Amino acid sequence: MRSLLLAAAATLALALPAQAENVTVSVTAIVEHPALDAARDGVREVLEEAGYKEGENLKFVYESAQGNPATAAQIARQFAGDDPAVIVPISTPSAQAVVSATKDIPVVFTAVSDPLGAQLVTDMEKPGGNVTGLSDMSPVADHVALIKEILPEAKTIGYLYNSGEANSVSLLDVLKAEAEKAGLSVIESAAIKSADVQGAARALIGRADVMYVPTDNTIVSALEGVVSVAEESKLPLFTADTDSVSRGALAALGFNYKDVGRQTGEIVVRILKGEKPGDIPVRVAVGTDLVINKAAAAKMGVTVPESVLARATNVIE
Amino acid sequence: MSLIAFWGAVELGLVYAFVAIGVYLTFRVLDFPDLTVDGSFPLGAAVTAVLIISGVNPWLAATVAMIAGAIAGLVTALLNVRFRILNLLASILTMIALFSVNLRVMGKPNVALINADTMLSPFFGLGLRDFYVRPLFVGLLVLFAVVLVWRFLESDAGLSMRATGANARMARAQGVDTNRQIYLGIAISNALVALGGALFAQTNGFADVTSGVGTIVVGLAAVIIGETLFGARGILIALIGCVLGSILYRIAIQLALSSDILGLKASDLNFVTALLVTVALILPRLRRGGAAS
Repeated sequence: MRSLLLAAAATLALALPAQAENVTVSVTAIVEHPALDAARDGVREVLEEAGYKEGENLKFVYESAQGNPATAAQIARQFAGDDPAVIVPISTPSAQAVVSATKDIPVVFTAVSDPLGAQLVTDMEKPGGNVTGLSDMSPVADHVALIKEILPEAKTIGYLYNSGEANSVSLLDVLKAEAEKAGLSVIESAAIKSADVQGAARALIGRADVMYVPTDNTIVSALEGVVSVAEESKLPLFTADTDSVSRGALAALGFNYKDVGRQTGEIVVRILKGEKPGDIPVRVAVGTDLVINKAAAAKMGVTVPESVLARATNVIE
Repeated sequence: MSLIAFWGAVELGLVYAFVAIGVYLTFRVLDFPDLTVDGSFPLGAAVTAVLIISGVNPWLAATVAMIAGAIAGLVTALLNVRFRILNLLASILTMIALFSVNLRVMGKPNVALINADTMLSPFFGLGLRDFYVRPLFVGLLVLFAVVLVWRFLESDAGLSMRATGANARMARAQGVDTNRQIYLGIAISNALVALGGALFAQTNGFADVTSGVGTIVVGLAAVIIGETLFGARGILIALIGCVLGSILYRIAIQLALSSDILGLKASDLNFVTALLVTVALILPRLRRGGAAS
């Protein structure tokens, strides 16, 4: 009996060092919403495919700051103290909090539109230091082209956003420039919290020919209210976030955030295999999906041209 | 909890100690529920960040932030004292207006300071690890603020302010200009809160327009935790209670984040906060009940 116990203890002792080889990847986002959650899941998927299995040799930690930058700062300190192999902050404020909390743990940020403006890195090609990552700068020019293709007679784009979100404000400037090139004008309607979103959408009725929602955390989290306005007033709704189409938007051309997460995960794996973050250039995520919702189009009084349907990645009937 | 996480919590607790002292001044001393702080905290962060980016000395930037906070407080006081708007409503109006003001000040929702020189920069690289330098630095400023506010409240001027909050009619009968006391108290309170915001921006490397959400709750939680632990035995004890309450609040959150220990997630934080404040409110009653039986 005693020897049996000893043998069991020995087996345990042998098993323990293998456990100790665990790598920890710590992920944090400023808020929980479908796109950011999809990015997180993409990271996890790639890690699993690369042989890092949760519960076996991978500890995958995830914390959401619930929209509060002070909590984001605290999560950043928590991670800095835990000393994981890689920290993956999702969104601008989370990334800034993590980058100022650690100068040595590798950081791979993602879903940040403007990494230079956010001072996460000073050089996209050669970031140096412990930080690299992926930008999700929206393909705004393609959005304007898509709007013109589906609605050739549209003159004014109604931009629905939260004026408190850094990404959305920088995208507004880009949109204005691109719309002008295409001979369209932009009017803006801002909602600073999700309770204001439906009202902000109504404010566009009669003033805009089409509603356009960027990758804005506030608007996207209250999208159902926007959809009902779009259907009631036959105001076609375009989004930059493809997950929004199944929730009732007419069309979206944008990153599939699972893919953005997967591309982020690939960088994480490279670092786990020994590459230095400072040597990995910061890239804009590649690959966009075109998703069309035919039922929503009908409700908004729009017929989507066959040419667009033909090249759609996904058509929801 | 790791060492870095622990000192990170202490540091954030010390930054929010300015909020706690500010909330103590309005809620407890003046008996004026002031929600302006949800706007003056990010205002302090915004002003300091924009000034530092444009090359102003960080100490001066923090001072200007305090003045901006004081002005925000004066607006609330003006709405209440001069125009007779209910105190709570007056402060909500200022708070909402400040969201737009903060966006105007920064020109965008988020200003980064990660690579800028701050008040703390000269103290890094002197031998102490960064995660000790930050709480030490902020702690010294808190100590300074506690002593100043304590001396003020013990002075004749401070006595008038305390009388205003305790019994305004009586204070007026004794010749105290209670309106002036409200202006002064709310201005000082919001200047301190704005300094907290300025320090948050400088220690965390960014000012974000959303960072004011729930500031009042955090400040109130700190005041109540402090009172519960130390009782209301004099001004100095109460102020120290605010500081320690703020630190304990952050440590409680950090514990919630060390999910291995309690099985809690960051998404449970709101519940933890509510629970903390509730327990702090109930505890004195239970104690009294226990003594009676």
